[in-house]
Amino acid sequence: MDSDRREFMKIAGAYVVLTGAASLAWNHIVAGEPEKAPGYDLSGHWWAMTIDIDKCIGCGNCVRACKAENGVLLEPDCFRTWVERYHVHPEDPEHPQVDSPNGGYDGFKEKYKPGDGSKNFFVPKMCNHCAHSPCVQVCPVGATFESPDGVVLVDKTYCLGCRYCVQACPYGCRYIDPRTETVDKCSLCYHRITKGLTTACCETCPTGARKLGDLKDPKDPIHDFLKEHMIHVLKPEMATGAKAYYNDLDGSVR
Amino acid sequence: MNGWLKDREHLARMAVIFAGALVLFLVVRAVMVPNGFGTYGHFRSGALKDNASHPLSYAGRQACGDCHDDIVASRKGSKHERIGCEACHGPLSVHADDPDKMKPVLPDAKTICLTCHLENVTKPKSFPQIDPAEHGDGGPCTSCHNPHHPEIS
Repeated sequence: MDSDRREFMKIAGAYVVLTGAASLAWNHIVAGEPEKAPGYDLSGHWWAMTIDIDKCIGCGNCVRACKAENGVLLEPDCFRTWVERYHVHPEDPEHPQVDSPNGGYDGFKEKYKPGDGSKNFFVPKMCNHCAHSPCVQVCPVGATFESPDGVVLVDKTYCLGCRYCVQACPYGCRYIDPRTETVDKCSLCYHRITKGLTTACCETCPTGARKLGDLKDPKDPIHDFLKEHMIHVLKPEMATGAKAYYNDLDGSVR
Repeated sequence: MNGWLKDREHLARMAVIFAGALVLFLVVRAVMVPNGFGTYGHFRSGALKDNASHPLSYAGRQACGDCHDDIVASRKGSKHERIGCEACHGPLSVHADDPDKMKPVLPDAKTICLTCHLENVTKPKSFPQIDPAEHGDGGPCTSCHNPHHPEIS
């Protein structure tokens, strides 16, 4: 009987030590260091972009600035933002002619004749920084995510380059960077907006067609813009919670 | 020895194996899952810092105005007042950090103005556009217009 008790105490002691070690390990796992930029309140912002079609002149400043700021390859299939030219016959809005030579990087050479009865306009495109982003939902490893301040970002050290998100994005906003074989996309110039600057595309847009807005800042002019204009988002039927708000977006735009 | 004591020994052995497996799982998990994963959601919280630590190319108009307040003043009331400096002058954060390290190159007035103002049917009708063959004498735009205040009074 004595030896049995000793044996039981041994086992019970081992159990106590092991569970203690396990709980210590568990504490180490759950205590992640919150990482944020100094002087930047992660919970105090909800970033969005407004794009005014009536003001876009297709100069390509945004495309060039984005590539320069973010070190995007100058290849014609690597873009974080690009500009599309629409040529629509008013009686056939379902079949617009769309082109985007080199993403609008070199501007747009005149292609259509004035007075041919068509409707012509530019549409700047970029990541819509969706609140319910399909690209985030399909990422198998958590390498792409919606940040607490409303920006869809990529963790380049964690991306496998599996391309699921490239296919999932309904707006075609992602591409694979051939240098790293990881995905790349608009980061809403996260390194700028966390320092109180605007994005490179907004900084260089000469007409103010693009404007960065903070929906959590009650004094931000974005609220007036959204109230005073006829606003539309791209593909609302996809229920992505897109936060690139377009003014005067034509129904022909895909 | 009755049956109950015999069973107890089995149960204790099972408990030890279970506890060992749990510890193994937690150790493997601690090694495999990066630090900060799950703090804000299903991602590594350090990725926020990674994204925020990218270097600047464009200094922003505020930085330009800190030194060049005379240019800011000269643009007051003009149609070009609200255009960012680097929209024409290019990315200049290196110059803003240390003016001696990099001197901005003056944009070519024959091409830079036409980037925006060249006639094109797709541009909004209200935007001022010109056909260089009809407008001006073929010289640089700056021979008549001041780019910081382009209106001719």
